Amino acid sequence: MDLFATAMPALSEAFGMILQIHVMGYLILGVVMGLCIGVFPGLGGIAGLSLLLPFMFGMEPLTGLALMVGMVAVVPTSDTFASVLMGIPGSSASQATVLDGFPLAKKGQAARALSAAFASSLFGGVLGATFLTFFILAARPIVLLFQTPELLMVTIFGLSMVGILAGRVAIKGIVAAGLGLLIGTIGEGSSAGALRMSTFDTPYLMDGLKLVIVGLAIFAIPEIIALLRQDKAISDRQVLGGGWAEGIKDWWANKWLSVRCSLIGVAVGVIPGLGGSVVDWIAYGHTVQTAKDRSQFGKGDIRGVIGPESSNNAKEGGGLVPTLLFGIPGSGSMAIFISGVALLGTGQIEVGPSMINNNLNFTYAIVWLLALANVVGTIICIIASGGIARLTNIRFALLAPFLFMIIAFAAFQSRQSIWDLVALFGIGILGIMMRRFDWSRPAFLIGFVLASPAERYTNQAFQIARSRFRRSFEEGIDYIFSPIVIVLIIITLLSIVVGLRQAKNIQAEGDVNSGGKRAPLIFLLLVTGYIGLAYWNAAAIPDYAMMDRVFPVFVATVALIGCAVLLIQMRLVPETNPLFADREVEDKELNTHGLWPTMAWFAALLVATALFGFILALAGFLFCFIRFRAGKSVQFAGIYTAVGIAFICAMAASLNRDFPPGLLQSFVDLPWPLT
Amino acid sequence: MIKSITKHSAALLAGASALCFGSAALADGHGLDLTGETVEWIIPFSETGGSARWANFYAPLLSEALPGNPTVVVTFMPGAGSTTGANHFQGLEYEDGTTIFGSSGSTQFPYLLDDPRVRYEYGDWNVVLASGTGGVVYLPADLGAALESGGVEALMDENFIYGSQGATRLDLVPLLAWEMLGLDVEPVFGIEGRGDGRLMFERGEANIDYQTSSSFLSGVTPLVEAGTAVPWFTFGALDADGNIVRDPTFPDMPSFAEVCEAAASCETSGPSWDAWVAFFTAGFPAQKMVFLPAGAPQAAIDTYTAAFDAVLARDDFAEISATRLGVYPQMTGDAAQVALESATEVPEEATTFVIEWLADRYGVVLQ
Repeated sequence: MDLFATAMPALSEAFGMILQIHVMGYLILGVVMGLCIGVFPGLGGIAGLSLLLPFMFGMEPLTGLALMVGMVAVVPTSDTFASVLMGIPGSSASQATVLDGFPLAKKGQAARALSAAFASSLFGGVLGATFLTFFILAARPIVLLFQTPELLMVTIFGLSMVGILAGRVAIKGIVAAGLGLLIGTIGEGSSAGALRMSTFDTPYLMDGLKLVIVGLAIFAIPEIIALLRQDKAISDRQVLGGGWAEGIKDWWANKWLSVRCSLIGVAVGVIPGLGGSVVDWIAYGHTVQTAKDRSQFGKGDIRGVIGPESSNNAKEGGGLVPTLLFGIPGSGSMAIFISGVALLGTGQIEVGPSMINNNLNFTYAIVWLLALANVVGTIICIIASGGIARLTNIRFALLAPFLFMIIAFAAFQSRQSIWDLVALFGIGILGIMMRRFDWSRPAFLIGFVLASPAERYTNQAFQIARSRFRRSFEEGIDYIFSPIVIVLIIITLLSIVVGLRQAKNIQAEGDVNSGGKRAPLIFLLLVTGYIGLAYWNAAAIPDYAMMDRVFPVFVATVALIGCAVLLIQMRLVPETNPLFADREVEDKELNTHGLWPTMAWFAALLVATALFGFILALAGFLFCFIRFRAGKSVQFAGIYTAVGIAFICAMAASLNRDFPPGLLQSFVDLPWPLT
Repeated sequence: MIKSITKHSAALLAGASALCFGSAALADGHGLDLTGETVEWIIPFSETGGSARWANFYAPLLSEALPGNPTVVVTFMPGAGSTTGANHFQGLEYEDGTTIFGSSGSTQFPYLLDDPRVRYEYGDWNVVLASGTGGVVYLPADLGAALESGGVEALMDENFIYGSQGATRLDLVPLLAWEMLGLDVEPVFGIEGRGDGRLMFERGEANIDYQTSSSFLSGVTPLVEAGTAVPWFTFGALDADGNIVRDPTFPDMPSFAEVCEAAASCETSGPSWDAWVAFFTAGFPAQKMVFLPAGAPQAAIDTYTAAFDAVLARDDFAEISATRLGVYPQMTGDAAQVALESATEVPEEATTFVIEWLADRYGVVLQ
């Protein structure tokens, strides 16, 4: 076979290159660094690779690749720690893991969930690499088949996952997704540059909100606040001994699910332009749709961990196809990877169309370095998981300030502006309210993530199709309804039908009882108000920028209809209806602290940052929080604060970052890190 | 946001030397000594763009060449099409020479077009390096063949689709060029980088495209060899007298000036030609520049100029830069100053013409 004739010599050459002591050494170094960074929520491949970039210049290509690939490969593995243990998505690749992983941790099964996740990650990574070894030679023409209408359909398919994650009241899920889509359209429109919900005087909003911030705000903040209010450990049960062996058994029992989700990961990763931010949701949706007993999803079903985790490492392998073959980065970290590769050696490896012909051995070396890094990373993670899982037994009041510090730091990396923290806090409040009133946060996030591709591909497909139709009718029809599009339409319709039928069983937010009518109604009115405002704002965009108007107006119209239906239903049904779900009522006995006093701590940190800069504010916050809220001694609080500040400074110094300055800094020049 | 005074790595944390105010002293009046310092190079884009690649290429070389071998770190400050970072840099005063700024064509264009977000003034800054580049326009094989046999006239009836990042960006230069030739080009906006534009071309959705020289060499040359793409013309390059000549990287390709001259529909004089030349000059021959902030003393400017001269004089510079920067002038000293002036001092009429053209043709209003 031709394929083998080309592949085999290069493949064996690649193995010869990889399996050298010093290459393996650098790979392990990269993996360890990647683990250290990936463990922290919000920090991932981009931060890690930026750290490595200065060392890449003129480095021996193979060792440099080993270092970078090791770093990139383990981020989707190590980010699982935060997702499972804290309910905070460690990176965009493991948002879906939170849904079932965190409930498992609350039940004291953190070690089981982690090892099942790691086993799935390992399997996904290796399967992805194996698949790529053969696929990469034939990938070019296949990738080119995915034109704009196909990309649009894949995006819509991703959006259809909202159906399955909508929660008990489907319309609420749809409105939540609509709200996510609208928040995703904030800023400069991609077609004509019209401004949506922003002006030239609000430069922060002009660029739109970043996924890091929205993801942390919508999942992490509500979880931190909720746990703090209950003032105990995440899990009140002892961590099960030997739980990790059980997790691996769980994975083995679901190996075919793992295979399917890995292939989904590779396939979505291969398609350029979508990136990996939806692959875990698609895998989760697939897991739920193909399961027989769906009653435990969202409450701690191990399959809800295995599915997304199998897909997100496989995606990294798939993402190499657009990166290496086309020179188009599939993700932010891949973009830095490309510029890192250009710095290596004498620059002989050139990522792009010539990669396969000129550097097939290096291509294979990268693919298998990725697989090896997965193996090494998984082994380290499984060894560490038993110990790290004990974090769930620590009283949360001691953990929370530290977590909040990391999240704020990660959010600030987005644009290095104090507004990053304001956005984190503001959307965090939205997240808290959505959690309280049982509005699907996954649906919101899927909407947010897909807002930009959905709008872009709709506009582009429309424009290109119009030009094709001008040539001839057949050409236009052929362009829009290609075989791939038709298949995707069928899959999407099936997914929606199955999803809506099952949505009632899958409670992404767990059980929530209903309470009074007033609070849920007020929240709904506020949501309706924002959507109405967004509609009015978008509708005012003048005709010459029409392309930037159509999408937000359409989404807002659908969402407003949903809101209207909800409002009418609210008048008609009694207050025991799930429509009036209110967690405040349900958790009344569990909560030892009020919502607003807890929020006030963080609001105070924000205000103090604006006045005195982040580090000074943080020192005060850590000390006061541990002393007064957690009720520890002055000495304890002092040591805690010192350790916290030293830690964050060491991190910022090694990543070469600054902290948000406050009003004080505009009057006085202070030395780093107080700047 | 970013203050430049002191910025150290782990050593600072370990030691007690936390208070070290602007310690980079002027050594005996001849220049800076940056021993033990960290030079921060602000790039107003994300880690992923062409400016990042350019800065990452120069940073380690600059570190070797500066007196005292300071660590040179590239800091990314993306936002509002690079105006956020540029506005920030405008607010900085020169302190000790440890902060530099890398601008790009995307920083120049909003400045020229009176974008309301621009609060910076090139005249205040001190240029120490200017890097040029070029651009190549290419077509799919069938249209290339039509052009070969029938000249530009053969392309007049074609509905061209072009994947564009936005009419006010560098894409302005090719869009105006095609319009002058009389082509019917519809830009599809919203692509995220020129790489995406090339992919759209490869998928057969776009049927005209341009790439900057280095991307053309790495991304399109394989397509040309495979017979799926045909190069048409380069934007050209400026000679010492400011005339547009053939691009030295692609001596076999005609420049836009030649193509325009040969086409009946296009004229190498008049307001649209002048506007094109002005914006080409602003966008390509001095696309990326390195600046010291306002108020920098001559000694600091000289130190950086000498350092970049030393980088350019390296024996291996031609070799290591060829694939990353292309074969383009890397200018320092007076040459950089001249490049800066020609890139930022565009005749009033050219600006007015382009602003009106953007409004008429694309409905873009910059207010």
